[in-house]
Amino acid sequence: MGRFHRHDDGTVHAHEHDGTEHTHDEHDGHVHPHDEVPDRDPAELAELIGDHSGYVTGRERIEILEDIYAENDRLAAANRAALDAAGVHAINLMSSPGSGKTTLLARTLAALQGTVRVGVVEGDIETPLDAERLGGLGAQISLLNTGNGFGGECHLDAPMVARALRGLDLDTLDLLLIENVGNLVCPAEFEVGEHRKAMVYSITEGEDKPLKYPVMFRSVGAVVVNKMDLAPYLDFDMDLFRANLTAVNPQATVIEMSARTGDGVQAWLDWVGRPEQG
Amino acid sequence: MHEVSLCRQLAAAVTRATGGRPVETVYLRVGELRQVVPEALEYAWTFVVRGTPLSGSVLELDHVPAVLVCDDCTVSTRLGPELGFRCPACGSARTHLTSGEEFVLTAVDVHDETPSGPSGPLGDDAQRGIPHGALSPS
Repeated sequence: MGRFHRHDDGTVHAHEHDGTEHTHDEHDGHVHPHDEVPDRDPAELAELIGDHSGYVTGRERIEILEDIYAENDRLAAANRAALDAAGVHAINLMSSPGSGKTTLLARTLAALQGTVRVGVVEGDIETPLDAERLGGLGAQISLLNTGNGFGGECHLDAPMVARALRGLDLDTLDLLLIENVGNLVCPAEFEVGEHRKAMVYSITEGEDKPLKYPVMFRSVGAVVVNKMDLAPYLDFDMDLFRANLTAVNPQATVIEMSARTGDGVQAWLDWVGRPEQG
Repeated sequence: MHEVSLCRQLAAAVTRATGGRPVETVYLRVGELRQVVPEALEYAWTFVVRGTPLSGSVLELDHVPAVLVCDDCTVSTRLGPELGFRCPACGSARTHLTSGEEFVLTAVDVHDETPSGPSGPLGDDAQRGIPHGALSPS
Protein backbone atom coordinates (compact mmCIF):
# COMPACT_ATOMS: atom_id res chain seq x y z
CA MET A 1 0.00 0.00 0.00
CA GLY A 2 0.92 3.62 -0.08
CA ARG A 3 2.33 3.37 -3.57
CA PHE A 4 2.17 6.73 -5.23
CA HIS A 5 3.53 8.00 -8.44
CA ARG A 6 3.70 11.52 -9.59
CA HIS A 7 2.68 12.39 -13.09
CA ASP A 8 5.00 14.99 -14.48
CA ASP A 9 2.95 15.06 -17.63
CA GLY A 10 -0.38 16.41 -18.81
CA THR A 11 -2.30 14.95 -15.86
CA VAL A 12 -0.71 17.17 -13.29
CA HIS A 13 -0.09 19.96 -15.72
CA ALA A 14 -3.83 20.43 -16.06
CA HIS A 15 -4.11 21.45 -12.43
CA GLU A 16 -1.61 24.25 -12.54
CA HIS A 17 -3.93 26.71 -14.21
CA ASP A 18 -6.65 27.01 -11.64
CA GLY A 19 -8.26 30.38 -11.34
CA THR A 20 -7.35 31.37 -14.89
CA GLU A 21 -9.29 30.99 -18.13
CA HIS A 22 -6.73 28.49 -19.26
CA THR A 23 -8.48 25.16 -19.59
CA HIS A 24 -7.37 21.63 -20.09
CA ASP A 25 -8.83 21.63 -23.59
CA GLU A 26 -6.31 24.18 -24.77
CA HIS A 27 -3.66 21.54 -24.39
CA ASP A 28 -5.37 19.08 -26.59
CA GLY A 29 -3.51 20.34 -29.62
CA HIS A 30 -0.21 19.51 -27.97
CA VAL A 31 1.31 16.14 -27.56
CA HIS A 32 2.43 15.35 -24.04
CA PRO A 33 4.22 12.04 -24.20
CA HIS A 34 5.10 10.44 -20.89
CA ASP A 35 8.55 10.91 -19.45
CA GLU A 36 9.18 14.13 -21.31
CA VAL A 37 9.31 17.59 -19.86
CA PRO A 38 6.00 19.27 -20.63
CA ASP A 39 5.73 22.71 -22.17
CA ARG A 40 6.02 25.48 -19.64
CA ASP A 41 3.19 27.91 -19.64
CA PRO A 42 3.64 31.61 -18.86
CA ALA A 43 2.53 31.31 -15.24
CA GLU A 44 4.95 28.49 -14.65
CA LEU A 45 7.77 30.38 -16.31
CA ALA A 46 6.97 33.44 -14.22
CA GLU A 47 7.29 31.27 -11.14
CA LEU A 48 10.61 29.88 -12.32
CA ILE A 49 12.07 33.33 -12.85
CA GLY A 50 10.86 34.59 -9.51
CA ASP A 51 7.43 36.11 -9.96
CA HIS A 52 5.75 35.21 -6.68
CA SER A 53 2.77 37.50 -7.09
CA GLY A 54 0.33 35.66 -4.88
CA TYR A 55 -0.47 32.79 -7.20
CA VAL A 56 -0.82 29.18 -6.22
CA THR A 57 2.18 27.57 -7.77
CA GLY A 58 3.51 24.11 -8.31
CA ARG A 59 0.24 22.34 -7.72
CA GLU A 60 0.58 18.66 -8.17
CA ARG A 61 -1.64 15.65 -7.82
CA ILE A 62 -0.21 12.72 -5.91
CA GLU A 63 -2.06 9.50 -6.61
CA ILE A 64 -2.06 7.20 -3.64
CA LEU A 65 -4.67 4.43 -3.39
CA GLU A 66 -4.26 3.59 0.27
CA ASP A 67 -6.84 1.90 2.40
CA ILE A 68 -7.40 4.17 5.40
CA TYR A 69 -7.38 1.15 7.68
CA ALA A 70 -4.10 -0.24 6.33
CA GLU A 71 -1.88 1.16 9.07
CA ASN A 72 -4.26 0.02 11.80
CA ASP A 73 -4.52 -3.42 10.21
CA ARG A 74 -0.72 -3.79 10.13
CA LEU A 75 -0.57 -3.08 13.85
CA ALA A 76 -3.50 -5.42 14.47
CA ALA A 77 -1.59 -8.19 12.71
CA ALA A 78 1.40 -7.50 14.98
CA ASN A 79 -0.84 -7.75 18.04
CA ARG A 80 -2.25 -11.04 16.77
CA ALA A 81 1.23 -12.39 16.16
CA ALA A 82 2.22 -11.51 19.74
CA LEU A 83 -0.91 -13.26 21.05
CA ASP A 84 -0.27 -16.31 18.86
CA ALA A 85 3.33 -16.51 20.04
CA ALA A 86 2.09 -16.66 23.63
CA GLY A 87 -0.71 -19.12 22.77
CA VAL A 88 -3.47 -16.67 23.73
CA HIS A 89 -6.86 -16.68 22.02
CA ALA A 90 -8.40 -13.19 21.84
CA ILE A 91 -12.04 -12.16 21.52
CA ASN A 92 -13.12 -8.60 20.79
CA LEU A 93 -16.41 -7.97 22.60
CA MET A 94 -18.51 -5.10 21.32
CA SER A 95 -21.96 -3.64 21.98
CA SER A 96 -23.88 -0.44 22.50
CA PRO A 97 -23.52 1.22 25.91
CA GLY A 98 -25.49 -0.43 28.69
CA SER A 99 -26.14 -3.72 26.91
CA GLY A 100 -24.51 -5.78 29.65
CA LYS A 101 -20.96 -6.44 28.41
CA THR A 102 -19.35 -5.91 31.77
CA THR A 103 -21.92 -8.07 33.58
CA LEU A 104 -21.31 -10.82 31.03
CA LEU A 105 -17.55 -10.45 31.49
CA ALA A 106 -17.90 -10.72 35.28
CA ARG A 107 -19.95 -13.93 34.82
CA THR A 108 -17.38 -15.26 32.39
CA LEU A 109 -14.43 -14.57 34.68
CA ALA A 110 -16.23 -16.12 37.65
CA ALA A 111 -17.04 -19.26 35.63
CA LEU A 112 -13.54 -19.67 34.20
CA GLN A 113 -11.64 -18.82 37.38
CA GLY A 114 -9.22 -21.61 38.22
CA THR A 115 -9.56 -23.40 34.85
CA VAL A 116 -8.78 -20.86 32.15
CA ARG A 117 -6.25 -18.07 32.66
CA VAL A 118 -8.01 -14.95 31.45
CA GLY A 119 -6.80 -11.47 30.66
CA VAL A 120 -9.10 -8.51 30.04
CA VAL A 121 -8.46 -5.34 28.10
CA GLU A 122 -11.04 -2.94 29.37
CA GLY A 123 -11.80 -0.05 27.06
CA ASP A 124 -13.71 2.84 28.52
CA ILE A 125 -13.78 6.49 27.63
CA GLU A 126 -13.14 7.98 31.06
CA THR A 127 -13.58 5.90 34.18
CA PRO A 128 -12.03 2.83 35.84
CA LEU A 129 -15.52 1.74 37.02
CA ASP A 130 -15.79 -1.31 34.76
CA ALA A 131 -12.28 -2.47 35.60
CA GLU A 132 -13.17 -2.20 39.30
CA ARG A 133 -16.26 -4.37 38.75
CA LEU A 134 -14.05 -7.07 37.28
CA GLY A 135 -11.48 -7.08 40.06
CA GLY A 136 -11.14 -10.06 42.40
CA LEU A 137 -12.13 -12.64 39.77
CA GLY A 138 -8.64 -13.93 39.12
CA ALA A 139 -8.11 -12.20 35.78
CA GLN A 140 -5.32 -9.88 34.71
CA ILE A 141 -6.91 -6.58 33.78
CA SER A 142 -5.41 -3.86 31.64
CA LEU A 143 -7.49 -0.69 31.70
CA LEU A 144 -7.48 1.54 28.65
CA ASN A 145 -9.20 4.85 29.17
CA THR A 146 -9.50 6.15 25.65
CA GLY A 147 -9.96 9.65 27.08
CA ASN A 148 -6.39 9.36 28.34
CA GLY A 149 -4.06 10.48 25.60
CA PHE A 150 -6.15 8.98 22.80
CA GLY A 151 -8.50 11.93 22.43
CA GLY A 152 -11.66 10.33 23.82
CA GLU A 153 -11.95 7.75 21.09
CA CYS A 154 -15.24 5.94 20.73
CA HIS A 155 -13.57 2.61 19.94
CA LEU A 156 -10.38 0.68 20.55
CA ASP A 157 -7.89 0.50 17.73
CA ALA A 158 -4.78 -1.58 17.22
CA PRO A 159 -2.25 0.95 18.66
CA MET A 160 -4.30 1.29 21.85
CA VAL A 161 -4.57 -2.46 22.28
CA ALA A 162 -0.84 -2.79 21.63
CA ARG A 163 -0.30 -0.49 24.58
CA ALA A 164 -2.77 -2.44 26.73
CA LEU A 165 -1.01 -5.71 25.89
CA ARG A 166 2.18 -4.35 27.42
CA GLY A 167 0.28 -4.25 30.73
CA LEU A 168 -0.40 -7.99 30.59
CA ASP A 169 1.83 -11.03 31.03
CA LEU A 170 0.69 -12.86 27.91
CA ASP A 171 2.75 -15.97 28.60
CA THR A 172 0.61 -16.68 31.65
CA LEU A 173 -2.72 -16.35 29.82
CA ASP A 174 -4.93 -18.64 27.72
CA LEU A 175 -7.73 -16.25 26.80
CA LEU A 176 -7.90 -12.51 26.27
CA LEU A 177 -11.26 -10.75 26.33
CA ILE A 178 -11.13 -7.26 24.86
CA GLU A 179 -14.05 -5.17 26.04
CA ASN A 180 -14.48 -2.49 23.44
CA VAL A 181 -16.01 0.94 23.99
CA GLY A 182 -19.81 0.83 23.94
CA ASN A 183 -20.76 1.93 20.42
CA LEU A 184 -22.32 0.11 17.45
CA VAL A 185 -20.43 1.94 14.72
CA CYS A 186 -16.70 2.58 15.12
CA PRO A 187 -15.55 -0.58 16.94
CA ALA A 188 -16.67 -2.72 14.01
CA GLU A 189 -14.27 -0.90 11.71
CA PHE A 190 -11.05 -1.31 13.62
CA GLU A 191 -9.32 -4.66 13.91
CA VAL A 192 -7.33 -4.80 17.12
CA GLY A 193 -5.61 -8.16 16.68
CA GLU A 194 -8.43 -10.35 17.95
CA HIS A 195 -9.10 -13.87 16.64
CA ARG A 196 -12.87 -13.60 16.86
CA LYS A 197 -15.47 -10.91 17.42
CA ALA A 198 -18.66 -11.12 19.38
CA MET A 199 -21.27 -8.62 20.38
CA VAL A 200 -23.78 -8.22 23.14
CA TYR A 201 -27.17 -6.98 22.03
CA SER A 202 -29.90 -6.42 24.58
CA ILE A 203 -33.58 -6.87 23.83
CA THR A 204 -34.31 -3.33 25.07
CA GLU A 205 -32.55 -1.99 21.97
CA GLY A 206 -35.21 -2.82 19.36
CA GLU A 207 -35.42 -5.53 16.70
CA ASP A 208 -34.23 -3.24 13.89
CA LYS A 209 -30.66 -2.80 15.09
CA PRO A 210 -29.06 -5.37 12.74
CA LEU A 211 -30.48 -3.43 9.79
CA LYS A 212 -29.39 -0.08 11.19
CA TYR A 213 -25.86 -1.20 12.07
CA PRO A 214 -25.11 -3.88 9.47
CA VAL A 215 -21.35 -3.35 9.58
CA MET A 216 -21.30 -4.23 13.27
CA PHE A 217 -23.71 -7.16 13.05
CA ARG A 218 -21.91 -8.56 9.99
CA SER A 219 -18.51 -8.38 11.63
CA VAL A 220 -19.19 -10.82 14.48
CA GLY A 221 -19.21 -14.58 14.86
CA ALA A 222 -21.62 -14.58 17.80
CA VAL A 223 -24.43 -12.33 18.97
CA VAL A 224 -25.36 -12.59 22.63
CA VAL A 225 -29.02 -11.58 23.00
CA ASN A 226 -29.02 -10.27 26.54
CA LYS A 227 -31.59 -9.20 29.14
CA MET A 228 -33.90 -12.09 28.28
CA ASP A 229 -35.17 -11.86 31.86
CA LEU A 230 -36.94 -8.64 30.78
CA ALA A 231 -38.84 -10.37 27.95
CA PRO A 232 -42.11 -10.63 29.92
CA TYR A 233 -42.16 -6.86 30.31
CA LEU A 234 -41.28 -5.90 26.75
CA ASP A 235 -42.88 -6.30 23.32
CA PHE A 236 -39.66 -7.70 21.95
CA ASP A 237 -40.23 -9.88 18.87
CA MET A 238 -37.45 -12.48 18.80
CA ASP A 239 -38.49 -13.89 15.43
CA LEU A 240 -38.30 -10.46 13.85
CA PHE A 241 -34.91 -9.80 15.43
CA ARG A 242 -33.56 -13.14 14.21
CA ALA A 243 -34.92 -12.49 10.72
CA ASN A 244 -33.23 -9.09 10.66
CA LEU A 245 -29.98 -10.59 11.91
CA THR A 246 -30.15 -13.38 9.32
CA ALA A 247 -30.62 -10.76 6.61
CA VAL A 248 -27.25 -9.21 7.40
CA ASN A 249 -25.34 -12.12 8.95
CA PRO A 250 -26.81 -15.57 8.33
CA GLN A 251 -23.81 -17.34 9.86
CA ALA A 252 -23.85 -15.71 13.29
CA THR A 253 -24.26 -17.90 16.36
CA VAL A 254 -27.12 -16.50 18.47
CA ILE A 255 -26.97 -16.99 22.24
CA GLU A 256 -30.03 -15.97 24.26
CA MET A 257 -29.02 -14.97 27.74
CA SER A 258 -29.64 -13.10 30.91
CA ALA A 259 -26.26 -12.03 32.20
CA ARG A 260 -28.07 -10.81 35.32
CA THR A 261 -29.60 -14.20 36.25
CA GLY A 262 -26.95 -16.34 34.56
CA ASP A 263 -29.39 -18.10 32.20
CA GLY A 264 -27.69 -18.89 28.91
CA VAL A 265 -24.19 -18.08 30.13
CA GLN A 266 -23.11 -21.70 29.59
CA ALA A 267 -23.86 -21.46 25.85
CA TRP A 268 -21.63 -18.38 25.72
CA LEU A 269 -18.85 -20.18 27.59
CA ASP A 270 -19.15 -23.03 25.08
CA TRP A 271 -18.69 -20.57 22.20
CA VAL A 272 -15.74 -18.93 23.94
CA GLY A 273 -14.16 -22.33 24.50
CA ARG A 274 -14.40 -23.38 20.84
CA PRO A 275 -12.10 -21.11 18.86
CA GLU A 276 -12.75 -23.12 15.69
CA GLN A 277 -16.38 -21.95 15.77
CA GLY A 278 -16.70 -18.71 13.75
CA MET B 1 -17.50 10.62 16.60
CA HIS B 2 -17.03 7.96 13.99
CA GLU B 3 -16.15 10.65 11.45
CA VAL B 4 -13.52 12.12 13.78
CA SER B 5 -11.78 8.74 14.04
CA LEU B 6 -11.87 8.31 10.30
CA CYS B 7 -10.44 11.80 9.79
CA ARG B 8 -7.56 11.03 12.14
CA GLN B 9 -6.70 7.89 10.19
CA LEU B 10 -7.07 9.80 6.97
CA ALA B 11 -4.90 12.70 8.13
CA ALA B 12 -2.15 10.26 9.08
CA ALA B 13 -2.28 8.58 5.66
CA VAL B 14 -2.28 11.91 3.82
CA THR B 15 0.64 13.19 5.89
CA ARG B 16 2.65 10.05 5.15
CA ALA B 17 2.08 10.51 1.44
CA THR B 18 2.70 14.23 1.21
CA GLY B 19 5.57 14.67 3.65
CA GLY B 20 4.24 17.89 5.15
CA ARG B 21 3.65 19.74 1.86
CA PRO B 22 0.61 22.03 1.93
CA VAL B 23 -2.46 20.09 0.82
CA GLU B 24 -5.41 21.52 -1.06
CA THR B 25 -7.71 18.64 -1.86
CA VAL B 26 -7.95 15.09 -0.59
CA TYR B 27 -9.79 12.58 -2.77
CA LEU B 28 -11.54 9.63 -1.18
CA ARG B 29 -13.58 6.66 -2.27
CA VAL B 30 -16.16 5.84 0.38
CA GLY B 31 -18.37 2.77 0.25
CA GLU B 32 -22.04 3.03 1.05
CA LEU B 33 -21.68 0.59 3.95
CA ARG B 34 -19.08 2.70 5.72
CA GLN B 35 -21.88 4.70 7.32
CA VAL B 36 -20.11 7.96 6.65
CA VAL B 37 -22.15 11.15 6.85
CA PRO B 38 -20.42 13.43 4.31
CA GLU B 39 -21.23 16.68 6.12
CA ALA B 40 -19.99 15.25 9.42
CA LEU B 41 -16.81 14.01 7.76
CA GLU B 42 -16.12 17.38 6.15
CA TYR B 43 -16.76 19.20 9.40
CA ALA B 44 -14.60 16.81 11.42
CA TRP B 45 -11.82 17.24 8.87
CA THR B 46 -11.67 21.00 9.47
CA PHE B 47 -10.82 20.63 13.13
CA VAL B 48 -8.80 17.42 12.98
CA VAL B 49 -6.32 19.09 10.59
CA ARG B 50 -6.29 22.54 12.19
CA GLY B 51 -2.75 23.74 12.77
CA THR B 52 -1.22 21.11 10.44
CA PRO B 53 -0.03 21.36 6.82
CA LEU B 54 -3.44 19.87 5.95
CA SER B 55 -5.27 22.85 7.41
CA GLY B 56 -7.60 24.48 4.89
CA SER B 57 -7.69 21.41 2.65
CA VAL B 58 -11.01 20.06 1.47
CA LEU B 59 -12.33 16.53 1.00
CA GLU B 60 -13.72 15.27 -2.30
CA LEU B 61 -15.81 12.16 -1.74
CA ASP B 62 -16.54 9.63 -4.43
CA HIS B 63 -19.40 7.46 -3.19
CA VAL B 64 -19.32 3.78 -4.07
CA PRO B 65 -22.59 1.83 -4.06
CA ALA B 66 -22.76 -1.51 -2.27
CA VAL B 67 -22.96 -4.41 -4.70
CA LEU B 68 -23.85 -7.92 -3.65
CA VAL B 69 -22.95 -11.00 -5.69
CA CYS B 70 -24.69 -14.32 -5.16
CA ASP B 71 -22.38 -17.32 -4.72
CA ASP B 72 -25.12 -19.65 -5.99
CA CYS B 73 -26.74 -17.94 -8.99
CA THR B 74 -23.95 -15.34 -9.58
CA VAL B 75 -26.47 -12.54 -10.02
CA SER B 76 -25.08 -9.20 -8.96
CA THR B 77 -27.38 -6.62 -7.36
CA ARG B 78 -27.09 -3.20 -5.85
CA LEU B 79 -27.91 -3.37 -2.15
CA GLY B 80 -31.25 -1.71 -1.46
CA PRO B 81 -32.11 0.62 1.40
CA GLU B 82 -33.49 -2.31 3.43
CA LEU B 83 -29.96 -3.75 3.50
CA GLY B 84 -30.87 -7.39 3.18
CA PHE B 85 -27.85 -9.48 2.30
CA ARG B 86 -29.80 -12.35 0.73
CA CYS B 87 -29.75 -12.67 -3.03
CA PRO B 88 -32.93 -10.98 -4.28
CA ALA B 89 -32.89 -13.19 -7.37
CA CYS B 90 -32.75 -16.69 -5.83
CA GLY B 91 -33.04 -16.01 -2.09
CA SER B 92 -29.68 -17.58 -1.25
CA ALA B 93 -27.94 -16.36 1.90
CA ARG B 94 -24.56 -17.23 0.37
CA THR B 95 -23.56 -13.84 -0.97
CA HIS B 96 -20.57 -11.57 -0.81
CA LEU B 97 -19.97 -7.87 -1.35
CA THR B 98 -17.87 -6.77 -4.29
CA SER B 99 -18.03 -3.10 -3.35
CA GLY B 100 -19.45 -0.79 -0.74
CA GLU B 101 -16.92 -1.29 2.06
CA GLU B 102 -14.19 0.98 0.68
CA PHE B 103 -12.59 3.78 2.61
CA VAL B 104 -9.70 4.55 0.32
CA LEU B 105 -7.50 7.59 -0.07
CA THR B 106 -7.06 7.87 -3.83
CA ALA B 107 -5.19 11.12 -4.47
CA VAL B 108 -4.08 14.40 -2.96
CA ASP B 109 -3.51 17.78 -4.57
CA VAL B 110 -0.52 19.52 -3.02
CA HIS B 111 1.25 22.76 -3.80
CA ASP B 112 4.65 24.09 -2.92
CA GLU B 113 3.74 27.62 -2.01
CA THR B 114 1.06 28.93 0.29
CA PRO B 115 -1.61 30.72 -1.71
CA SER B 116 -2.17 34.36 -0.86
CA GLY B 117 -5.88 33.98 -0.30
CA PRO B 118 -7.87 31.22 1.37
CA SER B 119 -7.27 27.97 -0.48
CA GLY B 120 -7.95 28.81 -4.09
CA PRO B 121 -10.78 27.58 -6.27
CA LEU B 122 -10.61 23.98 -7.35
CA GLY B 123 -9.38 23.14 -10.77
CA ASP B 124 -11.84 22.46 -13.57
CA ASP B 125 -11.10 18.80 -13.33
CA ALA B 126 -11.69 18.62 -9.59
CA GLN B 127 -15.04 20.35 -10.01
CA ARG B 128 -16.05 17.76 -12.53
CA GLY B 129 -15.07 15.01 -10.11
CA ILE B 130 -12.03 13.84 -12.04
CA PRO B 131 -10.58 11.67 -9.25
CA HIS B 132 -12.26 8.65 -10.89
CA GLY B 133 -10.33 9.47 -14.01
CA ALA B 134 -7.17 10.00 -12.03
CA LEU B 135 -7.36 6.36 -11.05
CA SER B 136 -7.44 4.93 -14.51
CA PRO B 137 -4.17 3.46 -15.72
CA SER B 138 -2.03 6.03 -17.45
